[in-house]
This record gives sequence, structure tokens and C-alpha cells, in this order.
Amino acid sequence: MANTQGTTGLVGWIDERFPLTKTIREHLTEYYAPKNFNFWYYFGSLALLVLILQILTGIWLTMNYKPSAEEAFSSVEYIMRDVNWGWLIRYMHSTGASFFFLVVYLHMFRALIYGSYKKPRELLWLIGVVIFVVLMAEAFMGYLLPWGQMSYWGAQVIISLFSAIPGIGDSLTLWIRGDYVISDATLNRFFALHVIALPLVLVGLVFVHIVALHAVGSNNPDGVDIKKVKGPDGKPLDGIPFHPYYTVKDLVGVVVFLIFFSVVVFFAPEMGGFFLEPPNFDPADPMKTPAHIAPVWYFTPFYAILRAVPDKLGGVIAMGGAIVILFFLPWLDRSPVRSIRYRGFAFKAVLTLFVASFLILGYLGALPPSPGRTALSQICTVIYFAFFAVLPILPWFEKTKPVPERVT
Amino acid sequence: MSTVDAVDLGRRRFLTATATVVGGVGVAFVAVPFLSSWAPSERAQAAGAPVEADVSKLEEGALMTVEWRGRPIWLLKRSQRMLDDLSGLRDQLRDPDSAEAAQQPPYARNVHRSIRPELLVMIGICTHLGCSPTFRPEIAPADLGSHWRGGFFCPCHGSGFDLAGRVYRGVPAPLNMEVPPHRFLSDSRVLIGVDPESA
Repeated sequence: MANTQGTTGLVGWIDERFPLTKTIREHLTEYYAPKNFNFWYYFGSLALLVLILQILTGIWLTMNYKPSAEEAFSSVEYIMRDVNWGWLIRYMHSTGASFFFLVVYLHMFRALIYGSYKKPRELLWLIGVVIFVVLMAEAFMGYLLPWGQMSYWGAQVIISLFSAIPGIGDSLTLWIRGDYVISDATLNRFFALHVIALPLVLVGLVFVHIVALHAVGSNNPDGVDIKKVKGPDGKPLDGIPFHPYYTVKDLVGVVVFLIFFSVVVFFAPEMGGFFLEPPNFDPADPMKTPAHIAPVWYFTPFYAILRAVPDKLGGVIAMGGAIVILFFLPWLDRSPVRSIRYRGFAFKAVLTLFVASFLILGYLGALPPSPGRTALSQICTVIYFAFFAVLPILPWFEKTKPVPERVT
Repeated sequence: MSTVDAVDLGRRRFLTATATVVGGVGVAFVAVPFLSSWAPSERAQAAGAPVEADVSKLEEGALMTVEWRGRPIWLLKRSQRMLDDLSGLRDQLRDPDSAEAAQQPPYARNVHRSIRPELLVMIGICTHLGCSPTFRPEIAPADLGSHWRGGFFCPCHGSGFDLAGRVYRGVPAPLNMEVPPHRFLSDSRVLIGVDPESA
């Protein structure tokens, strides 16, 4: 019996029972991606690479880590000092966490400049934002595990945020902690969520993200639809098969990425206190707070928004809102033009302000507050939200350029 | 029952819907143990039991710390000078009369925020974001300014509290520090975690 793919031998035998060749063709050798992908299109595949790296190093860390308040800190020190190559595996994991966010932020920025969240890719964007939220939960819970001073008091501050919710706040924080303070119970459940529950969710979401991407097809730096112009063979004239063209291109990206990654792992794994904070080299002490508490760098923009609002509940709402508002982006941006290449000055101006405010917030969130810094973070918080507020009315002021029919 | 026309689609939909509802109720019941297992366990609740502190050796102006529910509990024996200062700070405080009921039991809602004027019993956790402030009993130290009459200073975000744990104005902390329920077993023994029998 000949199968529909025309394969024979072992592959043919499999193809009669499982869609192996069909899947490879649909998603790799006959998946047509726009031929004009540039630098910004590396970060999707790099995020996948870091995810695999984190899962691999994470599994190896669990082989020596002890998720109990008594032993957690010393087991991390044991990994660092006594386990063969333990320091490397742990530094790969801790550096991987920071690089994960770096890559994901750049991946999201790419979507912003090329309008990759616009119709028909709204659902693709939504799945991506859910991945971002799960990734933040994953990183926050992972940071408690070394059970250092910053782990402990950082978790104390973040879980305390839920107490701002009126009515149920206090019982909710008690339920999350499983104790009256951050304790062994909290550490143990965060470990379970960090190594099993959330990674499973993440891998599932990434799978769905890619399925959604391949259903609608990739956007590109020109923001034009390559499926509109097809050759006589029914294939897009501006498309090239993902494999071998983009697998090879992405491999170049992987090599360059790994060079940067290795430099940090081997020469600056603490990154001057930004990837691993100094107080975390002291074991958790519930009786004594470190002099200055700041989250790891990838949370600082949101932490700065929290501190900018001089009200506990208001701060929590602003911080949550800064993340939730991302879900509405596809419907807030009403311009029919996708790519920044053909959008007007107005969009470029507000996007520049938005990115600048996000970076400044990230810088301020890492520093102790002072009146001047608080005022600046309030201005940046307003700019952050104003970006989303002006997007719907932007087309009235914006002079867009004509979008070409084909990619350039 | 042999023809296609005999299929009663309304009946099928009804059966599917009722089965879904019954199954949904089952899922809801099964969810209870999973969600409830996150609440503090019996052991954690037992560890939250009251703790006893012996204050017989506590000198005037000195602070001791015991642990209750994993949090630092301060016991401060205040001098007459410290107590006299409390009433003079009113204008600088956010809540001088302890109007916020949740921050202390009713029997500690007085100017010195304690059962016995000299002995302050307080949870040593800042009401801002949960750090533990430092005890700064000295008067007008260089780093805290000339108005400082002794109190607690949080190094995290700069909140200041007086020697009754009342929060100063213009600092990030919104509330006075919390006084836990406590009772005197004798002149020298305090039980932290339960109200006095008369209360």
C-alpha cells in the first residue's frame, strides 16, 4: 500500500501509521516564511532554545537541591562547591533566567514595531502574553528556592501585594503561603509549581503558540501578507521554506547567542548584583530584613510602577494593570498599517516614549526610592499607560506611507 | 428504532447537558481537597500557638525579641521619659489615637498602646512591605534628624515609628505597627497570641 506522501521503506512504514513526513513538510520543509526576516526574528527561536536549556539544567539541579527551609540554602552551596560541575549547571540556570527575559522582551518589542499582533494574529499575541505571565510566575517562584535573604524578603513583599485586595486579601495571602509567614510550606509548594506545574503549562503554551503561528503564517518587517501573491505552483512568491533556509539562519543566531551567554556564565554570573543579588548569599532570616530590597532586573519596571503610586491598593492595581493592558493591544491599535516602516511620525514618537519610560522604570525599580526618583517614576508610569490610551486615536493624527504589495 | 428519523436529538442534547452538569458538580467537589490542602496544615497551626516571654530581667529602655508565628515580637520596657514623650508627638503622627482598629486589640488602644504603660508588646514588622525595622532609642541622632525622640526606623524604605509603634507622617508605611493579642500570666510572664481572660 503506497501512502499519500509517496515515501517507502521505514519512513513509509511509519507514514502509514503516523503523520511523520506530513508534519515535517507542513511545519518545516514546506512551511513558507517571508523571505525578508531580519535580526529581530532571531528571538522566537532563541526563546525556545533558552526554554530547553532551562528545563535541562533545572532537571539536573533538582538532583541535588533540597526543597526544605532547613536544607535549601546549604544544598545550593553544596551544588556550587561539591557537586562536579554543579557551579556551571547552576550558573547556566540562573543566567538562563535573565536571558530568557531579555530574549522575550526583545521578541515582544519585535511584535510592537512590526505590528505582529494585528489581525489575523491577535490570538497568537494573546497566547504570547499568557506565556509572559506564566514565565513571570515561574521566575518569581524559582527565585525563592535558594532560600537566601533576598529570596525570602522578596517573596514576603510580593506575596504581601495580594493582601491589598479588599475583603479576601489576608486569607488569600495565608492560603498562598500555607503558613502565617513565608516558611517551609511556602518553599515546598513553590518548588512543586516551579519544577512541575508551570513548566508543563509553559511547554503546552509554547506548542499552542507555534501551532497558532503556523496557522496564520509569520508576519514580516514590511507587514505585508505574502499569501496574497502566489506563483503558478500555489506557493507564495515572497516565501521560502523554513527548512533549510531559516533553520540555518537561526543556527547562526544560536551561535552568537551562546557566545554572549557563555561570557556571562563564565565571567559575570552575578552580573554586578543584577542577575544574582548580594543579599541572597546570606541564608534567609525571618527576623532581619536586608537594608535594600529590589527584585531581579526583569521585574523592576513593574516594581517601579507599584512604588510610584502612593497607595497600597492603587499601586497593586497599577502594577497588575501594566501587564493586563498588554492583552488589549491588538484592539487598541486601530491603524491598518502593521510595520513601523510605513507608519507615521506619531506612532514612532509614542513608541519611543513608551520604550524609554519602560527602560527608565526598570532602572528606577532597582534603586532605593527618593522623592526625586518617585516623581520620575510617576511620570514614566503615566507615559507607559498613555501609550495604550493614545493608540486608538492615533490614526486621526498619523500620516502613514503607502504599504507595498510585495516585500522589499 | 431502526430508522435515522427515530433519533431524538432533543433527548440527546438533554442527556449530554445533564451529564455535563453532574460531572461539573463532581469536579467542583473534587477540587475542594486540592484547594484546601494549600491552607495552613495542622502542624503549621500548632506552631502558631501562643508563646510565653519572661520579662523579669528586662531593663528599662531595653528591647527583647521572641518569635511567634515566625515573626519577631518585640517587648520593650519604656522609661518614664519615653512615656512622657508619647503625648508630645501627636502632630507628627498619621494615626496618633490608634483609630485603625485592626492594628491593635481594643485593650491596647490607648496613648501608650499597651496593657501596662511601660511594657510595649508589638509585632516587629513594618506595615509598608513587611520588612523588620531597627530599634533606635537615641534622641536626635545625626542620621534621623533633630525631631527624632527615639523609635523604630525601617531601613528598607525609610518609614519611622515612635516608641509606641505609631507611624510618622510622610513615610511610605500606611499604618501603625501591629500589637498582637497578649495577656499577663504574672508580673513577669507575658503570653503572646491570646487575649486577656477579661477581654
